[in-house]
Amino acid sequence: MVGMATQGSFVLAVGTKKGLWLATSPDRREWSFTGPHFLMSEIPSIGIDTREGRTRIMVGVRNEHWGPTVAHSDDLGATWSEPEQGAITFPEDTGAALERIWQIYPDAESRPGVVWAGAEPISVWKSTDGGEHFELNRGLWDHPHRSDWGAGYGGAAAHSIVVHPQGETVHVAMSTGGVYRSLDGGTSWEARNKGISAYFMPDPNPEFGQCVHKIAADAAVDGRLYAQNHHGVYRTDDNAESWTSIAEGLPADFGFVMLTHPRREGTAWVVPLKADGERIPPNGELAVHRTDDAGGSWRRLDNGLPRGEYNSVLRDAASVDPAEPAGVYFGTRGGTVYASADEGETFTEVASHLPDVLCVRAAVVAGA
Amino acid sequence: MPDISVVLPSILQPLAGGQSVLTAPADGPVTVAKLLDSITADFAVLARRLRDETGALRRFVNVYVDGDEVRRLQGLDTEVAPGQEVLVIQSVAGG
Repeated sequence: MVGMATQGSFVLAVGTKKGLWLATSPDRREWSFTGPHFLMSEIPSIGIDTREGRTRIMVGVRNEHWGPTVAHSDDLGATWSEPEQGAITFPEDTGAALERIWQIYPDAESRPGVVWAGAEPISVWKSTDGGEHFELNRGLWDHPHRSDWGAGYGGAAAHSIVVHPQGETVHVAMSTGGVYRSLDGGTSWEARNKGISAYFMPDPNPEFGQCVHKIAADAAVDGRLYAQNHHGVYRTDDNAESWTSIAEGLPADFGFVMLTHPRREGTAWVVPLKADGERIPPNGELAVHRTDDAGGSWRRLDNGLPRGEYNSVLRDAASVDPAEPAGVYFGTRGGTVYASADEGETFTEVASHLPDVLCVRAAVVAGA
Repeated sequence: MPDISVVLPSILQPLAGGQSVLTAPADGPVTVAKLLDSITADFAVLARRLRDETGALRRFVNVYVDGDEVRRLQGLDTEVAPGQEVLVIQSVAGG
């Protein structure tokens, strides 16, 4: 076991370029770390599944030599399991090979065992056995747009999956391609990028091709989602039929992170970076920005954050926990991890000098 | 029947039941692809570490036959005869 984890305590998972670190805390202030797990493998994706009274940590692992795989632990990292045949492998007829798992997303409480994954090459996967075996989503894989989807600097991947907790609506975001929506649980998909700019294309308002960096749903308002774009911050109130800018009031509209509150309407967090060409916090001053009115206004949160920070924060290197008040966590490419137990009002450095932080996830331990 | 032996790097040996050398029976030349199929038949995770699901050798996995890296020969179609030495070595990569 990691630290002295007990039911109701907190677990923080930090995936880096060279391994995974895990921490537990009884109070979100003092953290007890173990690691590195999977030393010398990058961990670009983590899913913590606390449904059914069990805490399962699933990680996307990628080794430069030995390739990608998915592993899971039901004992907070004391032991790890890897399905013999691999949890995610492309069917033979696709002629494709898995490069990297970018997203592991446990579905809602009402669908225990269902876990979604997003991967490179651009693909979405679904497991019904708690993440041990995934099936390729053929609707998206066979989409006629697929040959026109492109690769950003980090690779071509489906990196965001948002599933409606009750209905059959699924939103996926990919770079580059933009937002795609399914109203039938993933059988069919349509691009839904109206209003999102793709300034780097000849037509800056195409049907698809946007470089949406991250999307997240408002937990309290049906049909409302937020997007951090490759320049541009947006909100939709109509289930992605149209998007409107909510960037006003931010020091920059570039960034990778988009987090939403686990329960409260209108609350979201971003971590602005100066620009596409200057991927640093504006003026080298790292800050989180939070809106409590769905993007109508933003408040700078930098209490406890350093002056003079020139590392960026990647799209999945940030997380919220489900507690009250919500905890906010993020890590930098400089290997520092910050945690807030009060929704970002104050941050504390909980780890430093790690390899580049690729993914951060936090949860309340179940069944410890 | 003579064997063909494949020497594994230490980092992969736990995936082969702790063995440093895996052997495949062969009464004549076989391709490297068939050889890898044979030695990994009981070690599925090892198989996935060496090749992706299309069967391609992973980019930074090198297989040497009598000192020659198979990419400089006929790739996975390179034939190996009983008695030849096959080495699996990870290439220099990463930082």
